Amino acid sequence: MRYALYLGCTAPVRSLNYERAARATAARLGIELIDINDFGCCGFPLKAVQHDAALLLSARNLALAEEQELNICALCSSCTGTLAEANHALQGNEALRERTNQALEAATGHRYNGTIQVRHFVRVLYEQVGLARIRQAVTVDLSGLRLAAHYGCHYLKPVDAHDRFDDPENPRSLDRLITVLGAESIHYEGREQCCGGGILGADENTALAMPRLKLERVVAAGADALVIVCPFCDIMYELQQRRIEKLYETRYNMPVVFYPQLLGLAMGLSAEEVGLPLNRVKSRKLMEIAGDGRA
Amino acid sequence: MDPTLVGEIAAEPGGEHIRRCFACGTCTASCPVREVTERYNPRRIIHMALLGLRESVLTSDFIWLCSTCYACQERCPQDVRITELMHAIKNVAVRHGYIHPSFRAQVDQLRQHGRLYDITVYENERRVEQGLPAIAEQAEEIAAIVAATGLTKIPARGDELVGTQNG
Repeated sequence: MRYALYLGCTAPVRSLNYERAARATAARLGIELIDINDFGCCGFPLKAVQHDAALLLSARNLALAEEQELNICALCSSCTGTLAEANHALQGNEALRERTNQALEAATGHRYNGTIQVRHFVRVLYEQVGLARIRQAVTVDLSGLRLAAHYGCHYLKPVDAHDRFDDPENPRSLDRLITVLGAESIHYEGREQCCGGGILGADENTALAMPRLKLERVVAAGADALVIVCPFCDIMYELQQRRIEKLYETRYNMPVVFYPQLLGLAMGLSAEEVGLPLNRVKSRKLMEIAGDGRA
Repeated sequence: MDPTLVGEIAAEPGGEHIRRCFACGTCTASCPVREVTERYNPRRIIHMALLGLRESVLTSDFIWLCSTCYACQERCPQDVRITELMHAIKNVAVRHGYIHPSFRAQVDQLRQHGRLYDITVYENERRVEQGLPAIAEQAEEIAAIVAATGLTKIPARGDELVGTQNG
């Protein structure tokens, strides 16, 4: 299992905890992640501005990975979705690929021949590593933890770009990945609700009303933590949590963890190794588990 | 009413299926943005576009409120591909000079840094502290794409976006 690690823009500056945990768990599970420094923006921010420009940015990254004969493994769901969508379009339409390549070659000298795949890191864990191998790797008991899975949007949608690997109405992959660690994946209202990150720049107050709803519901369901797979969801649920609390004069104090952090703790990695000290909302339960893991 | 608007949107990548809409409202019922504000209503925006309300659609701020979650797109019984359609409508608005200031700022940022967030010396120090490899910004090729696609020449009318009290 070798992949080009696609960090995107947000994860490598805002979610070092996620990146640390992903690299550490990947190494232990036999996923080789290759860094390609030339990767740039996936194109997501330009989709609203100009379709062709966004497609070119995606195609450039796809070409860079293809030049190394590597499939892409991405940490950010928006990057995964944007690159997968572009890949789906370029692989399925030779005329579009040719037209895109002409422009790409003129601007950058790269060409994309449509030979690679794009996967989210957590999908690689679910499909390539698999639940059975993950179960074998678990050494620390997470039973007693009540966790709220948040899939977000671009991790699995649009489903045709993601090979329909999970059901958009009732997704199961993250729940299974949580329960295989021994923890409980709890039910809560509005599981499918979007974090609102896509409109944070356009209208802050409207955007923040969206994570507020999720935090209310997750707290009401008695979750110990919200489990996420995207650095933009982290911005909304963790980075903005204090602001939302101020805005709505309430207190959630809801820990937010990236799935690979949880996986790493279950595999016996230390709090430091999964970047837990960088999580802003502290979880006493997770810190205790991390203590056990070190012992 | 401008009957050419719908054709212009349908000619845009992602906008091809706009005429399939039969206004069932599954999109609006599924929309997590609509759940928190009445200002964003995808069925209403599609209907306005079909009616040819050119100025109201293209100059509005509400077309920029789609969070791109794809809930509507996955549920639409007519395969209108609504998330992509909303992008197409915004693409048309941009071509006519109406761009939300936050998106214009992102274009400028990408042109200068090739990324949405700068990689400063401080960022790399933090990365190395965490045992992560340093990153060097590679903006040149991305700036070339931005220039080649004409995004450096977006007319500056973005501050004219109008708010709405619809809904």
